[in-house]
Amino acid sequence: MNFLALFDLSVLDTTVRLATPLLLACLAGLFSERAGIFDIGLEGKMLAAAFFSAALASITGSVWLGIAAGIGASLVLSAVHGLASITFRGNQLISGVAINFLAAGMTVLIAQDWFQQGGRTPSLLTGGRFEPITLPFAEALSTVPVFGPIYAELISGHSILVYIALFCVPGTWYILFRTRFGLRLRAVGENPAAVDTAGVSVVGLRFAAVGICGILCGIAGAYLATALQAGFVKDMTAGRGFIALAALIFAKWRPWHALWATLLFGYLQAIALRPDIIEGALGFKVQVQLLDALPYILTVVILAGFVGKAIPPRAGGEPYVKER
Amino acid sequence: MDVMPKWAEVVLVPLISLILAAILSALVILAIGEDPVAAVKLMVSGALGSTYGWGYTLYYATNFMFTGLAVAVAFHAGLFNIGGEGQAMLGGLGVALVCLFIPWPHWTLAVLGATVGAAAFGALWAAIPAYLQAKRGSHIVITTIMFNFIAAAVLNYMLVNILRPAGSMDPATARFPEAVHLPSLHEMLAPIGINFSKSAPANVSLVLAIIACFVVWLLIWRTSLGLEIRSYGKSGRAARYAGIGSVRITMIAMLISGGLAGMMAINNVMGEAERLVLNAVEGAGFIGIAVALMGRSHPFGVFLAAILFGFLYQGGAELALWTSIPRELIVVIQALVILFTGALDNMVRMPLERIFLAIRQSREAKATKAAE
Repeated sequence: MNFLALFDLSVLDTTVRLATPLLLACLAGLFSERAGIFDIGLEGKMLAAAFFSAALASITGSVWLGIAAGIGASLVLSAVHGLASITFRGNQLISGVAINFLAAGMTVLIAQDWFQQGGRTPSLLTGGRFEPITLPFAEALSTVPVFGPIYAELISGHSILVYIALFCVPGTWYILFRTRFGLRLRAVGENPAAVDTAGVSVVGLRFAAVGICGILCGIAGAYLATALQAGFVKDMTAGRGFIALAALIFAKWRPWHALWATLLFGYLQAIALRPDIIEGALGFKVQVQLLDALPYILTVVILAGFVGKAIPPRAGGEPYVKER
Repeated sequence: MDVMPKWAEVVLVPLISLILAAILSALVILAIGEDPVAAVKLMVSGALGSTYGWGYTLYYATNFMFTGLAVAVAFHAGLFNIGGEGQAMLGGLGVALVCLFIPWPHWTLAVLGATVGAAAFGALWAAIPAYLQAKRGSHIVITTIMFNFIAAAVLNYMLVNILRPAGSMDPATARFPEAVHLPSLHEMLAPIGINFSKSAPANVSLVLAIIACFVVWLLIWRTSLGLEIRSYGKSGRAARYAGIGSVRITMIAMLISGGLAGMMAINNVMGEAERLVLNAVEGAGFIGIAVALMGRSHPFGVFLAAILFGFLYQGGAELALWTSIPRELIVVIQALVILFTGALDNMVRMPLERIFLAIRQSREAKATKAAE
């Protein structure tokens, strides 16, 4: 048995690449839920962003126009969610479900109309994708023992969006816990009446949070279609929005914990791709289906409060009605 | 006093929501360069123009009645069961085990056994999230979503590793024995002289679904348990004061809900495919959400909404066959229905309430004037 093989550099490298969309979506959900708006529509927003980023990148050949379109599409869905759950005080969960289906249907419908390739975009060529970036000295340092290969293979050589996602972690922490806006945003998720009494707009704050959520989901979707893969295929988010939600609960709505949680789930996805490594390391065969289900099972265990209690923001899911 | 008369609440609000969803759907069809009027004509003739079309429409409607009722019962208890998909998958597993491993002499007995199997497996799959919600306070929406994914993994494992016949590459069970074949509408209607299409999959489960609608209506509006469920759904706190246990109601409502979702498998697994395949549910569990919302969680409303969605499903398949409109149009329509009848309900309701309030105020003003 060789447990170290479970942490093979190539597996860890895949972990980082697979954790990135989860991390972005998880932080997106974090902003929204910290402000008291449940969002089970992360999946749909990512999917819409994946399609529009790939579509624009394929038409214009510019990946930056692509990501802008992806963010725009995600923001439109965010606006729908905000309209339903903030303005019209509807059920946030039902709105999220609607958004997921809307994205699942519309992306294929438009893809078929624009490209006639059975609900996918053409494969993206160079320029239409985010290329891996080699960090400075990666080549030169790769001969240094231990640190060299880690730097060259694991840390260097990802697309810019991976680094942006990682940067978003301290960024989110700073915004939420070190700025006035963040304090108010968290307050609006715990006790909106108090925020309202202080003369700050609950509606405005919640829309801002939902907007940030849209932007981050947009980047996550664009990463899927223009960096992780080369183009959009039907339902390509494959439940990542829900894994991100699971990670968010796992992380108990905290940014740094979100990073660890998404890295863990990314690792589970990465290792599920390499059953040979698991068998070699553990000496027995682990069912692929068990590996696939593991993030979800873990989430249920966490939710059940067997490993520390996950307490969501207090006003989460409830529309705010001003007292009259 | 309610601002709106009852008929407006029950008929007008859903109708306007539906019209809004239809208008947007028509715009979507226009935007992809097709003619909405022609599309509707094609859908009507494809889904309702022949007994073949009706056979498919009613087959889909049967699925949606079960999943719609499942969501509706949970709604009455104030719970949102998003896990109909996973519960229906597990229900399929229950049906397959019952049909494959018990030598049934006749389908009438088999269908009883399959009902028990389907409901038990579906209820079991809802029981765990229900227990976690009731006892440990974990959010039922998230846990039922997670259980959909876990159900997919369980089904995958069972079909690939255990139930797949030796030598078969297809992840599916063996065919069920001939004795458990459920009579199709063709076989049921032929003796009374109606020539129903032979190849349509609608079968005797439709009758079961209609019975289920009636039983759920009885349960919710004519039993004390139903009253308890509804009062718990309206206000958990008030219900607790009245001595209604929250753990008990959450468990019972979710067991019934999961059982109903599981019973869908009688139709699609036993009635149609006659074996269990991987993707047997095909999103019907999620359509149950739209059906329950549109039917205002009332069994009769669910019945009507299920038939409408059955029509949309079959009509959408016809569209995909004859035009360049993909099947996903139905997913869009489904999303719009959920959005307008569920999440944006207040958008329709608020202006209507204002109109009715204005009408009443002017009437009252006239009355006081006349009195003077």
